Amino acid sequence: MTEKMELKSVEVWDGNLAAAHSLRQAQVDVVSAYPITPSTPIVENYAKFLANGYVEGEYMMVESEHAAMSGCIGASAAGGRVATATSSQGFALMVETLYQASGMRLPIVLHVVNRAMAAPLNVNGDHSDMYLGRDSGWIQLDSFRQQEAYDLGLMAFKIGEDHGVRLPVMVHQDGFISSHTAQNIFPLSDEVAYSFLGDHQPFNAMLDFEKPATYGAQTEENWHFEHKAQQHHDLMTKVFSKVEEVFAEYEKISGRKYRIVEDFMMEDAEVAIIAMGTTVNSARLAAKIIREKEGIKAGVVGIRLLRPFPFEQIKEVLKDVKAIGTLDRSSPNGTVGMLHNEISGVVIENEKVPAMKNYIYGLGGRDITIQMLQDIFKELDVSAKAGKRVGPIQKFINVRGPELSFLGK
Amino acid sequence: MLEIRWHSRAGQGAVTGAKGLADVIATTGKYVQAFAFYGSAKRGAAMTAYNRVDDEDIINHEKFMNPDFVLVIDPALTYTDDITLNEKDDTKYIITTHLSKDDLIKSQPKLEGKDVYVVDCMRISQEKIGKAIPNTPMLGALMKISGMYDIDFFKEKMLEVLSKFPQKIIDANMAAIETAYNEVE
Repeated sequence: MTEKMELKSVEVWDGNLAAAHSLRQAQVDVVSAYPITPSTPIVENYAKFLANGYVEGEYMMVESEHAAMSGCIGASAAGGRVATATSSQGFALMVETLYQASGMRLPIVLHVVNRAMAAPLNVNGDHSDMYLGRDSGWIQLDSFRQQEAYDLGLMAFKIGEDHGVRLPVMVHQDGFISSHTAQNIFPLSDEVAYSFLGDHQPFNAMLDFEKPATYGAQTEENWHFEHKAQQHHDLMTKVFSKVEEVFAEYEKISGRKYRIVEDFMMEDAEVAIIAMGTTVNSARLAAKIIREKEGIKAGVVGIRLLRPFPFEQIKEVLKDVKAIGTLDRSSPNGTVGMLHNEISGVVIENEKVPAMKNYIYGLGGRDITIQMLQDIFKELDVSAKAGKRVGPIQKFINVRGPELSFLGK
Repeated sequence: MLEIRWHSRAGQGAVTGAKGLADVIATTGKYVQAFAFYGSAKRGAAMTAYNRVDDEDIINHEKFMNPDFVLVIDPALTYTDDITLNEKDDTKYIITTHLSKDDLIKSQPKLEGKDVYVVDCMRISQEKIGKAIPNTPMLGALMKISGMYDIDFFKEKMLEVLSKFPQKIIDANMAAIETAYNEVE
């Protein structure tokens, strides 16, 4: 029997501890991990909970992140509920195995505490690692604050383990800004959290000797394409409804409402910021202030589900907006930012095509202030009023040196 | 929104102090935030920690801050850190020093005309706790200067925050909080 942990209705936890408690409450069977800053405390705390009898499971210490995810793949194929955590360089070393996990349709949960990619070496938060994972066939959920890393951390199991979905799920949170910042967290009780998930029901478990199964088969030109097509088909057609269903169920037990696309003050918005991570929250504050101070009709769209990409939902939310700023926290290294590309592909399907501007910000943990976000809204308002984009397409903000901008000048 | 910036050296307990303060404040129904800039700083390196407190949910994730209180828990940082950075007209400074307030201001003239309070958290923590961990005494001084909570209420809540420690350490910290509360001026 595992020990129950008595939690207060309000805890002061950082995002890492919040995520660790979601693993404990899900009673994860196997964590195979190679700790890396800033995600370390997630697996460290799971190991502590395990050692103190709060989880019945197994902690596998391995020699690299490649081995960590390989261990997760084996444990998940065997039939266990499996999770791990990583960041940055560790995530990069995992990439090869990420494709294995999704291709074998294994519902592993991976907490990615977003951190910059070297060189130069940097332990702070940006979205380079999250962007690196976007073609890997995983479901990617993004939290904008610590509470959400906990909530999504629980919901990830229910989404990925569903037999109609059977896909691994990443839960992202911003390194340090979320992972190491303590705020009020409203946890569920252990009983409520576990009964929300229920026991893991493995699908074609390798430890079921009555029903032998093969994982990781080779398929050449004859079948490879069909397998990939089926995976894409399931991502495009099965995940959205499942995510919505799980969000709705979770709202019933937590009172917290989640949506695939988190629009804020968009009903009458003329200008919008599209962002991910903690910047979504800060941009909401900036939108409120700029509406009061300058009367600019500002709104914010936060991408809760990055993969599969909620094309139709975003299209609907952006149908009346006049100017959009896409905020990318990752160096695009030679083109526009990922969000700019994705959102542009959406809005050309609308009758009214807005002016589009791309802002590169916050690399390696560089601050984005509420004032800077207000300035972006003001700049977007100029384009909205002109009825076309004014100024260059891409601009770097809060970087040293003269203004750095590219394209469309 | 109440905002606090701590100036500390890594290892002196500013992060623990900021989180402990957040823990106490959260029990009163307020919203809190506690964070630090440390990167890969080593023990002894200058660092800053931060608190935000509000009656409403805190959705601000910027690192930038115009602090209401600046808490300096290492005496040398008054001279080597930019402790007046992004200050407001009414920012209050609580500074760890063995000097009197007048002598402190003479030694660091940029504090002239500012709302400065002094307390020797180093001596207090060495006397009461037996180690130079000046974080808890600073919380006692903050309670006095801010009037945030009644000292008895604060100590009662700190008991819960410190409950995982041995009784001897809890008692020593309580004495340090009380002494700093009485001595800050």
